[in-house]
Amino acid sequence: MNSFIWIVVPYVALTCFAVGLSWRYRYDKFGWTSRSSQMYENRLLAWGGPLFHFGILGVLVGHVVGLVIPADWTTRAGLSEENYHRMAVTTGVVFGLMTVVGLVLLVYRRRLTPSVFRATTGMDKAMYVMLGGVIAVGMYNSFVVQLLGPGHDYREDVAVWFRSVFWFQPDAGAMQGAPLSFQLHALMAMGLFALWPFTRLVHVFSAPVGYLVRPYIVYRSRDRHGSARPPRRGWEKVGS
Amino acid sequence: MRVMAQMGMVMNLDKCIGCHTCSVTCKQAWTNRTGVEYVWFNNVETRPGLGYPRMHEDQEKWGGGWVRTAKGKLRLRSGGRLKRLSRIFSNPKLPGLKDYYEPWTYEYDTLLNAPAGDDVPVARPKSLITGLPMQIRWSANWDDDLGGAPEYAPQDPVLKKLGDLVKLEFEKTFMFHLPRICEHCLNPACVASCPSGAMYKRVEDGIVLVDQDGCRGWRMCVSGCPYKKVYFNHRTGKAEKCTFCYPRVEAGVPTVCAETCVGRLRYIGLFLYDADAVLAAASVENEHDLLEAQRAVILDPNDATVIAAARAESIPEDWIEAAQKSPVYALTNRYRIALPLHPEYRTMPMVWYIPPLSPVVDAVSSTGADGEDKDTLFAAIDQLRIPVEYLAEIFSAGDPKPVEYSLRVLAAMRSYMRRINLGEERDESIATAVGMTGRTIEDLYRLLAIAKYEDRYVIPAAHVEAGLALDEIAGCSLDYAGGPGMGGTGPFGELATVPASVETFQLTKQRAEANRYADLPEGTGAVDLLTWSGGTPPRGMFPPRRDADGQDSP
Repeated sequence: MNSFIWIVVPYVALTCFAVGLSWRYRYDKFGWTSRSSQMYENRLLAWGGPLFHFGILGVLVGHVVGLVIPADWTTRAGLSEENYHRMAVTTGVVFGLMTVVGLVLLVYRRRLTPSVFRATTGMDKAMYVMLGGVIAVGMYNSFVVQLLGPGHDYREDVAVWFRSVFWFQPDAGAMQGAPLSFQLHALMAMGLFALWPFTRLVHVFSAPVGYLVRPYIVYRSRDRHGSARPPRRGWEKVGS
Repeated sequence: MRVMAQMGMVMNLDKCIGCHTCSVTCKQAWTNRTGVEYVWFNNVETRPGLGYPRMHEDQEKWGGGWVRTAKGKLRLRSGGRLKRLSRIFSNPKLPGLKDYYEPWTYEYDTLLNAPAGDDVPVARPKSLITGLPMQIRWSANWDDDLGGAPEYAPQDPVLKKLGDLVKLEFEKTFMFHLPRICEHCLNPACVASCPSGAMYKRVEDGIVLVDQDGCRGWRMCVSGCPYKKVYFNHRTGKAEKCTFCYPRVEAGVPTVCAETCVGRLRYIGLFLYDADAVLAAASVENEHDLLEAQRAVILDPNDATVIAAARAESIPEDWIEAAQKSPVYALTNRYRIALPLHPEYRTMPMVWYIPPLSPVVDAVSSTGADGEDKDTLFAAIDQLRIPVEYLAEIFSAGDPKPVEYSLRVLAAMRSYMRRINLGEERDESIATAVGMTGRTIEDLYRLLAIAKYEDRYVIPAAHVEAGLALDEIAGCSLDYAGGPGMGGTGPFGELATVPASVETFQLTKQRAEANRYADLPEGTGAVDLLTWSGGTPPRGMFPPRRDADGQDSP
């Protein structure tokens, strides 16, 4: 059971994530959008949108630092375990609160604005449940376990397991020591990753950072592809 | 000098009667879909009025277009790249649906299904957005023909610029119609705003398009465009805009709006312009110099050096020839009577307008004076400050001189041709009063008043190799996505459909010209205006004609 949850499930989820994304990118570029509902309603979105997004970006950075960077690296860099913990909990709580407040505003808006609710698909609802669940359990970990409770050094177990998955030497045993709520958070996150390619969350991978460096005016040729269809086998142009 | 070709349009506002045929046929061809119910790629506004979307010209509010910084550089009015990216999660300058209008339908079912009773059943309006009953309070043309003008017109951002002057004289009102499509600018702010790089200007003809597969729905283009001519499809989450009917234009056929224009007031043709000079021209310091700077970017297609440079850029010979015959070049640069819409936005718009003389003529005629006499008209142009200054705010960044010149030319043409029509002697002094000759006035008359189809539209077909047309005959397939190598039906479904291409269109056009229309299933009520060539009524538009003996004839 243990190896099923911490070895089979992550690889299934990650495969679903990677294959799903490339499938969607190839076959459904037209559907690849944030599908904004700003035109319907902007008063709540003006607060909820930025709060949630900047919050979740902070949370993302926190997760990368916590899970990817091994504990002894930060110690060697001169950051004591105690200081690391204090820093992680503070920033985690701040960005987590932003995320939660933003998400509550957004869900409230989505449910109670008739136009927005009408434009909500079944997949959107599934995504909200998954995303909301992961965030809720994550916040429980931050607040109840780390801030108010005894605290738990996830870098000794969850992070070890997380990295081992990507080295293809999954260490299911490492998760044994983690509290149930941490295990649940990880498990739900895997569910979210599996669902990811089929939801509007794909817009995360379109973050337009290239905009900062590209020329303002874009030109494209009508004949960029030569023809509306690729040449048939045996009919390729000379030199191609 | 880097010569590029640009499709352009000129609209002669003097002939626009505000019938909205262009809007309706455009909508029928392009935006009769869920998600773009509220979208009019072509709309006709009554001025003075609020326009569509409401007060779109108020750039203090919407932040569209470019501004010149103190250092003389161009910057998008809504800020630099980082600033705009930081606002990606909730674009503060995006018009809401309410600023356009909330599209609706009526509960027609109740008319048919209501049980018998004392009350007459009514079809209540129902929002297409929320599905709930709604009060209709605004639409794309709520203030059409100055309807509700006392309430709405004072909010017109252009009138506000004129200030108190107008309040005094508003009773002596004037009115004209302003049809608007995408300007297909040389320096498009929408393209510059797009974070995904999905909006682009086509190298061949300058048409500005949205790559529907590349658009990620960030909505920055909607804010960036000062004309508010990029729209957000709220169903697909993608930006859409006027395409200059590129599948038609590629085949040498005018756009749907131009083809169906009842007043025959639209002109389509090519400009050759110097792409290297655009940025400097858009950055000139004094707004009043923008019009001349814009005209100067457009090259004389008869100039030998321009022709050589165009050939060097491998612009085809028939395109150079079309540029020489271009009616839009004639109106903007040779006769210099066509003016761009809001040059102060610094986008170098490529849909130009001949300002309407009719408000002046109406004012003169209503006093009982001769509305076709040169001196009376010239005096009226000088005296009727409000119409002239209003037009100047729209077409020349507030500088009345170019508007006055256009109106004087129109007035001169009017009185010069009146003498000819009455069999009087030609009065050359009328022509010289506006710096023209009788001959050029008659040429202009032919172009503006007679306005033959082949004079109005000089559209060279796009170049495709003959092989591609043969390709088309071989049959239609769906193996297209992203380009070569992406073809075929994959294990997980079909790739995207064939894009509307000139290859498809050339054949459709040939069928249309042979009066054999692209076969649509009959009786579906579907009318394909996109491929309609204008020769005969489009099939499906009218019921079959009945002969004298009652037989249906096709």
